[in-house]
Amino acid sequence: MNLLEIQQRMLEAVMQPLTEDEQMQSRTRDGKSMHEVAGEFIKPNDRLSSFERLEIYNRQYWFRVLAALEEDFKGLRAIVGQKRFEELSRAYLCDCPSASFTLRNLGSRLANWLQNHPKYIQPRGALALDMVRLEWAEIEAFDGAAEAILLPDDVLASDPDPKFRLQPYVQLLSLRYPVDNLLLAIREGSSESDRASNAVSESRKPTRTRKISRQKQETVFLAVHRLDYTVYFKRLDSEAFRLLSALRDGSSLSTAVASAFEGSGIPEAKLLGTVQSWFQKWSELGWFCRPVTSQL
Amino acid sequence: MPANAYNGFTDFGVGIGLRVPHYQHILSEKPVVDWFEIISENYMIDGGRPLHILDQILERYRVVQHGVSMYFGSPEPPNREHLRRLKTLVRRTKTPWLTDHLCWGSVDGTYTHDLLPMPYTFEAVRHTANKIREVRDFLEIPIAVENVSSYAEFHASEMTEWEFLNEVVEAADCGILLDVNNIYVSSRNHNFNPFDYVNGVPAERVAQIHIAGHSKFEKYILDTHDHPVIDPVWRLYERAIERAGRTATLLEWDDKIPSFKEVHDEALKANQFIAETAAAL
Repeated sequence: MNLLEIQQRMLEAVMQPLTEDEQMQSRTRDGKSMHEVAGEFIKPNDRLSSFERLEIYNRQYWFRVLAALEEDFKGLRAIVGQKRFEELSRAYLCDCPSASFTLRNLGSRLANWLQNHPKYIQPRGALALDMVRLEWAEIEAFDGAAEAILLPDDVLASDPDPKFRLQPYVQLLSLRYPVDNLLLAIREGSSESDRASNAVSESRKPTRTRKISRQKQETVFLAVHRLDYTVYFKRLDSEAFRLLSALRDGSSLSTAVASAFEGSGIPEAKLLGTVQSWFQKWSELGWFCRPVTSQL
Repeated sequence: MPANAYNGFTDFGVGIGLRVPHYQHILSEKPVVDWFEIISENYMIDGGRPLHILDQILERYRVVQHGVSMYFGSPEPPNREHLRRLKTLVRRTKTPWLTDHLCWGSVDGTYTHDLLPMPYTFEAVRHTANKIREVRDFLEIPIAVENVSSYAEFHASEMTEWEFLNEVVEAADCGILLDVNNIYVSSRNHNFNPFDYVNGVPAERVAQIHIAGHSKFEKYILDTHDHPVIDPVWRLYERAIERAGRTATLLEWDDKIPSFKEVHDEALKANQFIAETAAAL
C-alpha cells in the first residue's frame, strides 16, 4: 500500500461518523468490516487492536469538528435543541467536510446546506436560518479586513456622484425574525448559567426555551459591524439597508439613493436630510473605504 | 546550539504559547517573557481583534510562529491561499524561524484538522521533504518540523520514527522542533525507549524544543497539553539540552489553561536544566 492509499483509507475511516455511543462504526460506508480494514494498514500493539488505535483518531476528529461548530453556532443550538443540533452537525459535516486549513471556515456552508435540508430545523426553519446567517455574519465581521477609511466629503468634493465601498467587515442582513436580540438573550442566559449553581442553571433553561418559542416574525434589517475590535449589531431602516446594499453592490450614490427610496414613505422634503444624517453616522462608524479602482 | 541556521541564528530562551485567556494580563502587566509562540492559523486573517492584539504583543515581545495545518505529509501540493496568508503573517511578525508538524491531515483539500502520523517509508520521506523545501522557498524563512505524538503505527513503515525524522530533515535540509513530550507519549503508546529517540536525532538541527503535559488513559496516553510537565519528560528535556545545548524552549498549555503566572512558572523550570547543563560543560 503506497502513501496515498494509506492516507485515503485512513481519512475515510477517520471521517466516518461515530456510533450513537461515540464509538467507531464496525462497518465502513461500503459495508466492509472496519476491523479488517484497520488491520490492513494499522499495526496492533499489546494493548490496542488496529481498530482501537484507528478509533482514537476517529473520535478525536468528530469531537474536534463538532465542538468547533457548536462554539460558532450557539444560537442555532438553542433554537433546535442539543440533540437536533448534534444530528444536523453530523449530517452537515458529512456533506460538507472542512475544505479550509482553518476551522474558522467550518460553518461557511451551513446556511446554504440547511436551506436544502430543512428537516433538521423544522418547525422553526426560518428562525433557525436567520440565526445561522447572523452567527456566520458575526464571524465575518469579527476578523474581516478593515481598509483605509473614506470620508464622504473627501469624495464628494471631486465627484458629485461617487461610488462608495463598504468596509469588508460590514455585513448586511435582511432577517425575518429579531434574532439579534434573541442571540444576545441566549448569550446572557448561558453566561449567567456558567456562574450559577445547578439549581439556578435548571431554572434558567425553561426561560430561554420560552424566549425562543415566543419569537414573533418581524422584519429586521441589520448591519453586523465592528467598532474598536468588538462586533455590534446595528438595526437599519429599510431604506438605509437598501441604500447600503446598493452601494456595497457597486451602484453610484445617485442610483443607490433612487433604489433605496423607491416606494418609500419618507417625504421627499426630508430625503436629503435623512441621507445626510445616515452618512454622517456611517462615516463616524468608519463604514466606508475607497473603491478598488479609485484614483483618489 | 544556541543559534543555528534552522532558528535564524537566534538565541531565544524559554517562552510560552500566546493564548487568549492571557491576553489581558500580558497587555496590562507586561510581564518579562523571553518570547511567545503563536499558532499561525489564529492570525492568518484579514483584520480584527486578534491582529490588533498581536501587533501590541509584537511591540514588546519576540514572537515565533508555529503552524498546525501545513501538513507537509499530505498528498496535495501546498495550498496557495494558505501560503499567501502565511507569508503575510511572517512579514508582520518577523518570526526568525517557522515551525509546523511532520504529519499529514488532509487529502485532496479535505481537512481533518488533526495531526495524523506518517507511515515511515522512503516514499514518504521524498514526498515530505520536497514539500518542506517548496514551502521554505516560498516563505523565504528557516523551517523546523515537529515530531507529533501518535496513537497508531503502520504496517508499511520501513524505519523508526526518529530515523524517519532524520531522513526527512536531511533531505529537506531543515531544522527540528523536538517535542520531548510527544516523544514520551509516543514511546508509551508504541513501546520504545524515548532516550533512543532523543539520542538518535541530529542535535545540530534542533532549532527549538517543546515541553508539555499530557493525559494518561487505561491503554494509551493522549497528548492533551492540559497538565504540568511530568518528571520523565523533564528528564528527556535534560538529555535533549545536553545534546543540543541551550535551545529555544517553549511550554505548550492549550486546554484547562491556568493563570499566566502558573504557565510561565512551569515553563521557567526549564532554566534549571539549561543552567545545570551549562555548568556541567
